[in-house]
Amino acid sequence: MNIIVCLKQTFDTEERVLIEDGRVKEDGVRFVINPYDEYAVEEAIRIKEAHEGQVTVVSVGPTRFEEAIRTALAMGVDEAVLADDPALFGDEFTVAKVLAAIIRQRPYDLILAGNQAVDDGSGQVSVRLAEELGIPHISMVTKVEVEGNQVTVQRDAEGDIEVVSGSWPLVITAQQGLNEPRYPSLIGIRKAGKKPLTHVTLQDLGLSAEELAARTEVREIYLPKPKQGGRMLSGELTNVVKELAEALHSVEKVI
Amino acid sequence: MAKVLVVADIRRGKLRNVTLEMLGAARVIADGDTVAVALLGKDVGGLAEGLGDFGADDVYVVDAPELESYNSGTYRRALLEVMGQFNPGVLFLAHSAIGKDLAPMVAARLGAGQVSDITSFEGKGENLVFVRAIYAGKAFTKVSVRQGLVIATVRPNNLVPAAAGAGKPGTLKSVSVSFEPPDLATLVKEVITKVSTGVDLTEAKVVVAGGRGVKDASGFTHLEGLAGVLGGAVGASRGACDAGYCDYSLQIGQTGKVVTPDLYIACGISGAIQHLAGMSNSKVIVAINKDPEAPIFQVADYGIVGDLLEVVPRLTEEFKKIRV
Repeated sequence: MNIIVCLKQTFDTEERVLIEDGRVKEDGVRFVINPYDEYAVEEAIRIKEAHEGQVTVVSVGPTRFEEAIRTALAMGVDEAVLADDPALFGDEFTVAKVLAAIIRQRPYDLILAGNQAVDDGSGQVSVRLAEELGIPHISMVTKVEVEGNQVTVQRDAEGDIEVVSGSWPLVITAQQGLNEPRYPSLIGIRKAGKKPLTHVTLQDLGLSAEELAARTEVREIYLPKPKQGGRMLSGELTNVVKELAEALHSVEKVI
Repeated sequence: MAKVLVVADIRRGKLRNVTLEMLGAARVIADGDTVAVALLGKDVGGLAEGLGDFGADDVYVVDAPELESYNSGTYRRALLEVMGQFNPGVLFLAHSAIGKDLAPMVAARLGAGQVSDITSFEGKGENLVFVRAIYAGKAFTKVSVRQGLVIATVRPNNLVPAAAGAGKPGTLKSVSVSFEPPDLATLVKEVITKVSTGVDLTEAKVVVAGGRGVKDASGFTHLEGLAGVLGGAVGASRGACDAGYCDYSLQIGQTGKVVTPDLYIACGISGAIQHLAGMSNSKVIVAINKDPEAPIFQVADYGIVGDLLEVVPRLTEEFKKIRV
């Protein structure tokens, strides 16, 4: 069974965001595998361990993504493809096209990806990818069961659980709660350095800049206004509670 | 001027508020051009009533048993059919379980640009720009679609809802769709309803959230009591979810849900940056924590240093008096 995992490298969620010259500052930032993609990596490895097969990571982004990809390889992924040619960068439309072009060049049964990235938070790429490939998808998945070429999943629908079934080839997008990703073992880390990581360019994929042109344009990036210091309520609890209730009711008018 | 189509967000047979919020934006952006609403589902025709008065010129209804519960393939087919008939310049969906899944499918099919999870907009026509959070609210961007169809998903609780009084009846247009095998490539076999309060976390006007300070799952009953009095929903920090006090579907933060209620009450949440990202754009924030140095107090409008197990029940009683 051939499993593909789409992976993005993102800021660690504990990082602050600073803006310099109209861009998000990356210096000194700790990067991680996008947490939702990490669930996808873990699930792919678990499916491989239970059913045999090959797991390939595909990724579109700058060369610094290699670090995240090596972590995935150390976790147990077999090989990786990184499209780090800047001619392949753009918006969600672009990334889905590039991922589809890479994936079409190889056999695949199941494609796993995070349901969104914790940086842009658009939640578009995995679903667009399924459409580009002309295959079905199931999004926001918290449990996967594979039997033969049949897949039954549970998906998170705003607190409700939907049990959905489908068959290969299929895109599944990971939601929190799917699994607990493993830490790479020492042996895994040593092996990761020797696993194949292929870089691809616009030319390799036979794509043109024109067909990849981003559909959207970011006009401005800015930080939210810092919050003014709030009011600490202190004293006897009975009074504090009264004061708060009164303020929320009469001043803020939120209750 | 642009023709605008709003896909009504329907949950358990009812329109969610975000539908009227989208309709409000649609009327501004249409700028006199036609505004239509699409109702997709089973037995949803009745929801069309009154939409005209909120500004819908046309209401497209696709009523089919295949649309009874959300299914990617059948909903995609139904929406594309409505799109084909109405031919909008701007398409709005909610950034909800349904809209998040449906919008990018349609965007990909039509080769269109999509802006996800918008919280406001500026300008019209070619100058239409959407505001959205990145890094779950640590920063914001203004994004436009370069050309052609504009698709946006809308975060609940942020846009100004359409007011009644448009005085239009709204023309009902029934659309029949024939579904084909690829539309049924995935099948919903069962829906397990977990949420008991019925108040949706992302759309709640009041959110009462608990962290590690809640100490155990039973501690959440106090928060449920408080949320109940205020008609709100219960949420949680990652710490509380990781500790097993509650379900991951309640998690608020950069991983988890982003919420922007009118009132956010953080109970026993220290305020890790990844949690702050998911709630700091709430209108009014109240923090209750034992530790006066907890970072949550830096974003709070009102802070109480104390044991939530003492404070929360007292607050519940006090709010009850006001709500009577």
